[in-house]
Amino acid sequence: MTQHTDYMQTEKTATLILDDGTVFRGLSFGCEKDVTGEVVFNTAMTGYPESLTDPSYAGQLMVLTFPLVGNYGVPPRTFGTDGIATFMESEKIHADAIIVSDYSHEYSHWNATESLGSWLKEEGIPGIYEIDTRALTKKLREHGVMMGRIVIGDAKDILDADDADDADQRSKDIKSALSASSASKISFASYSDINYVDRVSCKEVITYGEGEGKKRVVLVDCGVKHNIIRCLLKRNVTVIRVPWNYDFNTLEYDGLFISNGPGDPDTCDAAVQNIRKALNGDKPICGICMGNQLLAKAGGASIYKLKYGHRSHNQPVRMVGTEKCFITSQNHGYAVDNTTLGADWEPLFINMNDGTNEGIKHKTKPFFSFQFHPEACSGPMDTEFMFDKFVELL
Amino acid sequence: MKEDIKKVLILGSGALKIGEAGEFDYSGSQALKAIKEEGIQTVLINPNIATVQTSEGVADTVYFLPVTPFFVEKVIEKERPEGILLAFGGQTALNCGVALYQSGVLEKYNVRVLGTQVQAIMDTEDRELFVRKLDEIDVKTIKSEAVDNAADARRAAKELDYPVIVRAAYALGGLGSGFCDNEEELDTLVEKAFSFSPQVLVEKSLKGWKEVEYEVVRDRFDNCITVCNMENFDPLGIHTGESIVIAPSQTLINTDYHKLRELAIRIIRHIGIVGECNVQYAYDPESEDYRVIEVNARLSRSSALASKATGYPLAFVAAKLGLGYGLFDLKNSVTKTTSAFFEPALDYVVCKIPRWDLGKFHGVARELGSSMKSVGEVMAIGRTFEEAIQKGLRMIGQGMHGFVENKELVIPDIDKALHEPTDRRIFVISKAFRAGYTIDQIHDLTKIDKWFLQKLYGIIQTAGALESFNKIMDVPDDLLRLAKVQGFSDFQIARAIFKDQMEDGEKAILQVRQDRKFRGIVPVVKQIDTLAAEYPAQTNYLYLTYSGTENDVQYLGDKRSIVVLGSGAYRIGSSVEFDWCGVQALNTIRKEGWRSVMINYNPETVSTDYDMCDRLYFDELTFERVMDILELENPHGVIVSTGGQIPNNLAMRLDEQHVNILGTSAKSIDNAEDREKFSAMLDRIGVDQPRWKELSSMDDINQFVDEVGFPVLVRPSYVLSGAAMNVCSNQEELERFLQLAANVSKKHPVVVSQFIEHAKEVEMDAVADHGEIVMYAISEHIEFAGVHSGDATIQFPSQKLYVETVRRIKRISKQIAKELNISGPFNIQYLAKGNEIKVIECNLRASRSFPFVSKVLKINFIELATRIMLGLPVEKPNKNEFDLDYVGIKASQFSFNRLQKADPVLGVDMASTGEVGCIGDDLSEAILKSMLSVGLRIPKKNILLSTGTPKQKVDMLDAARMLAKKGYNIYATRGTYRFLEENDIPCTRVYWPSEEGQHPQALDLLHEKKIDMVVNIPRDLSVSELTNGYKIRRAAIDLNTTLITNARLASAFIEAFCTLSVDDIQIKSWQEYK
Repeated sequence: MTQHTDYMQTEKTATLILDDGTVFRGLSFGCEKDVTGEVVFNTAMTGYPESLTDPSYAGQLMVLTFPLVGNYGVPPRTFGTDGIATFMESEKIHADAIIVSDYSHEYSHWNATESLGSWLKEEGIPGIYEIDTRALTKKLREHGVMMGRIVIGDAKDILDADDADDADQRSKDIKSALSASSASKISFASYSDINYVDRVSCKEVITYGEGEGKKRVVLVDCGVKHNIIRCLLKRNVTVIRVPWNYDFNTLEYDGLFISNGPGDPDTCDAAVQNIRKALNGDKPICGICMGNQLLAKAGGASIYKLKYGHRSHNQPVRMVGTEKCFITSQNHGYAVDNTTLGADWEPLFINMNDGTNEGIKHKTKPFFSFQFHPEACSGPMDTEFMFDKFVELL
Repeated sequence: MKEDIKKVLILGSGALKIGEAGEFDYSGSQALKAIKEEGIQTVLINPNIATVQTSEGVADTVYFLPVTPFFVEKVIEKERPEGILLAFGGQTALNCGVALYQSGVLEKYNVRVLGTQVQAIMDTEDRELFVRKLDEIDVKTIKSEAVDNAADARRAAKELDYPVIVRAAYALGGLGSGFCDNEEELDTLVEKAFSFSPQVLVEKSLKGWKEVEYEVVRDRFDNCITVCNMENFDPLGIHTGESIVIAPSQTLINTDYHKLRELAIRIIRHIGIVGECNVQYAYDPESEDYRVIEVNARLSRSSALASKATGYPLAFVAAKLGLGYGLFDLKNSVTKTTSAFFEPALDYVVCKIPRWDLGKFHGVARELGSSMKSVGEVMAIGRTFEEAIQKGLRMIGQGMHGFVENKELVIPDIDKALHEPTDRRIFVISKAFRAGYTIDQIHDLTKIDKWFLQKLYGIIQTAGALESFNKIMDVPDDLLRLAKVQGFSDFQIARAIFKDQMEDGEKAILQVRQDRKFRGIVPVVKQIDTLAAEYPAQTNYLYLTYSGTENDVQYLGDKRSIVVLGSGAYRIGSSVEFDWCGVQALNTIRKEGWRSVMINYNPETVSTDYDMCDRLYFDELTFERVMDILELENPHGVIVSTGGQIPNNLAMRLDEQHVNILGTSAKSIDNAEDREKFSAMLDRIGVDQPRWKELSSMDDINQFVDEVGFPVLVRPSYVLSGAAMNVCSNQEELERFLQLAANVSKKHPVVVSQFIEHAKEVEMDAVADHGEIVMYAISEHIEFAGVHSGDATIQFPSQKLYVETVRRIKRISKQIAKELNISGPFNIQYLAKGNEIKVIECNLRASRSFPFVSKVLKINFIELATRIMLGLPVEKPNKNEFDLDYVGIKASQFSFNRLQKADPVLGVDMASTGEVGCIGDDLSEAILKSMLSVGLRIPKKNILLSTGTPKQKVDMLDAARMLAKKGYNIYATRGTYRFLEENDIPCTRVYWPSEEGQHPQALDLLHEKKIDMVVNIPRDLSVSELTNGYKIRRAAIDLNTTLITNARLASAFIEAFCTLSVDDIQIKSWQEYK
């Protein structure tokens, strides 16, 4: 076995620089490349393979608040005959980096085939550890999410600048050191302007579970997690997965499902236009996460960016007007503005912590959606029965 | 308020015992708080007088009565509560509640069970009902099939799938049972099993499976959450109370975690829990297969641990749900803004480690298995597993410094020690690594998940790296930091570097400390906030870690805080009574306008409830960690006198670092603790003490014994609760014991004291201000000296002391208080024979009996002491013990039934695990209440007496006569029989086990359940006596027959039940004794 103390010598230092000039120093355990993205925190205590492959994390550097990561390695990266990943949520890692406190170099689980570090290296994704992820999370909570940059290897200029006593000077020095750094090719781009959905959506129509007499569900792929497809297929329907901007109104179908996806919903106008057309009909429509936001937009509501989003397995939601509450898995940075819902719409669920929208429904037609993830993966499965509700309506 | 209820009865768990300890003081206190704030009147039944829940201002009415259906019914009849809570007093309260329900008492008095209903409780308690219930929802349980022939056994095994366990039914002690991996092995074993019993049980073997628990909450609207999951470090087969536990689980992937979570919720819904329950699983390490082991439909040890591990107040919430609230009605009590309907996200790990005291018992089996033997536990918090477990191993307080750098263990057969775990198993793993065992080898022998072993191996490697250096300054920063991140203490680092050259450990620690501080390697303070920093916490529940760069809290440096050092893990000799003391100190500090700070690490306590103080550091009570905290906190001062011996022992070292010790000075503490100094002081002020000498050679010892005569008391210095101490009555015993003691501590000389027989033992608990006694309580042991004060039955006020004795004790106490300039609590133990008074021991801290005397006298000694330590003026209370019209009895609870093979005999070494305190109008009533409270029963008809020496036989004569007069049948062994005959007391002769072939045999009578009570007084420690007496005593314990082993206590109990019947016992609350 490798000497523990050896890691410290073989692993390069890695530095995380936030947009406000805050610097965190750690070690690299993934791919040794510099990367820039929106720094977000996730408080889930399990499920890093699922989260990393969740397309909604595209463009983001994922901070895990639970400190011990890598314990159970990574399951086989296998796919079924239909192309759906056996254990993951998509074909590849979508997060741009992972930031943790205590990386476990050794792993143990009967279904693991490799370590987290080796997977990251193979997929070209940086991973850094020995970061005070709690301090980092508090920073993001107070300031709001912000852009950040991981620099691997010698970042002497930046670290020297970080040693300056005066806080303002320090921030200025760091930024100038960063832009002067020879390793730097990427600037602090803005996360909001990029259409990440287009990057992660499928490029052509894919049909799953075709069969005589089965109900047909169009799945608008804004970056769909494979478990949404699994959950639908398990309920014996045919799933027609279409690119995010595909005009599905031309297809024959029984129900419409709008998936989760990364980034700013305002970049997805094409999808909103298509959904709006569907709203004129009476076929059941359901959405998850980005799907909730796009449905709301189609219905006339507006969307705003949350300070630091909801990324966790423990978000409490309450079904409006009832005593029914659910623990949900969530991963979103934007939310539907309840006050802008059109006259035909009403909130379906409300977040019990901060009162934000967690789902909407149409007052008369079978249209409803959730901000949370009933398909879980990772996270609690308490709301999976929502798929039953949808399929029953078909 | 959802239910229309004005008065609620809550059942406590009684005395602390193995398997039912301090956790129920915590859950009961929380429940009372939750109900009280609704404006509902609360009535509590709990004879455990040392608890926080039985303190003033917690429940409205308190009954120090046994938690049995008989007494609870009487209280219900008197108090007429509308509701009753059964889930907060452990198995004791649950069983009592089920009995009251089944006998129709609850219905008769129209008392509603709040929260989980009794039918649901019975569904979880009755094995058959439970299996059936879970079958209904397709949840797998552990099943066994009873077969009566080999063919059926083969079929059953095939159905269950190998490996299976075969057990002979009705055979005690595992005769004829074993594991089989295939049919061939099964055939052999089944044949053997049928030779023991006509019926054989075949059961699926889950040996080596993981053990995982979930804490689940449900409200009456069917909303469910799982607050925490926990994973046992030790695989199935070791009782979860005996296992090292880690939370949250560390080797489960998302699918594993949520599969079990979903099952837990399905179960709680189907059973219909309203409140909290705990689901235990066995989980296959090679697949997703599982079995439900059991469901506890009540707050449990695990739920207390889960509350502390997460910051989610389970008992508080469960009580609210019992009143009819929905989870959505309640707020998260840490953030105060978010909902209580959520599942905590941790950003740290916790590690629970049990504390055993097996060394205190003669003959006990050390192997860990399916029954619980540990007496306490600790919880360590860290941001790495290594940090948490190394902290935890120090916290258990058995001389270990962590996983490595401990005193070398002598393990003759490592393979065997790994395969058959004992209380030292974790250290055996350390030893095995050092001996070159690989992770795979250790895994094969222990079945501990490799991940844990990998982490532990990492600690070994870091130790190895440190050991390659000889000077602290040569150790690279990265390595030093890594060691600290992995939870190495400064001591461990010092030992790794200085090795055998380390002469002065304390100096070496300071050297390491100074060096690493210079390098900027210091811990940071982090907050437990239930949401992993997603929302700000409004409470200060804190721990220290080296995995971090930033403190979560700000330090004001205004010197307006007072730090109270807690009492650590519950152990024999130090338990809930010191938690009570700590909580009273915190309350007083707050009341007086200071900020209160607690340092403690025991998850079973109220003092570690984050709303008991302004800042709670859930961390170690080592010199290193306390200094870390004091340097950050910069308090006005530190209180070391309310947490038992652990803080007391730190006083001198803290004082050397210029820490402001409040109250009695560290120097005075040392003068009382150091035998030589204390003795010299007593001589100087002319106070008598039993003669003693510190001796290091056998010749010196013999010479001393020639002077003072046998018996003598032999012990090492600086001990609490008499560890390794013994009375020797002859030369042979002395030599035998000295060999043992010499092995225990070679470095330290042995202290030999004159042992005065037939002397009374008297305790002085007092509070002084600058050397002047402000308040005192004199209590008297029922047993003669020789029974450890922690095991003795204590009467307060003293009932049978001469006025002159009391006067002398007061005078001597005054002199000592003045001489040591005591400011704060203290306790002196005296021997009284005739009017001769000798001092045995003096502790300049609160003692075990402080809560007892405070509650009987209704004057809070700790509040007084704390005010004095804060420098506030105090007035002498104008009430003392001579004004009382009632009497209190503190009686000890023993857990011998849990400790297989241990000899249930009392001596100078403490053996009790808990205590009760009851109040009566006279001594007999108080004795009867207290004896019934510790589980003794009034015998119906037949009593077995063997009453020891002639002197003891005489002592018991009156009692024997009373028994005869009352119509009891007395059975007696040889000597006792003759003595009773001579004194015309009718009795039947029975025979010792050694008197083979003679009938009736005492053991047979016991096994036939013909004896209701055994009084067995050991004569001395001679071998045959031990064998005969031991067998009788052990049989009494194993057969759950009332046993008393002390003549004076037996007499008191017999007198009590011969003059009073249970119906004469008054149902009076504490508040009614005025």
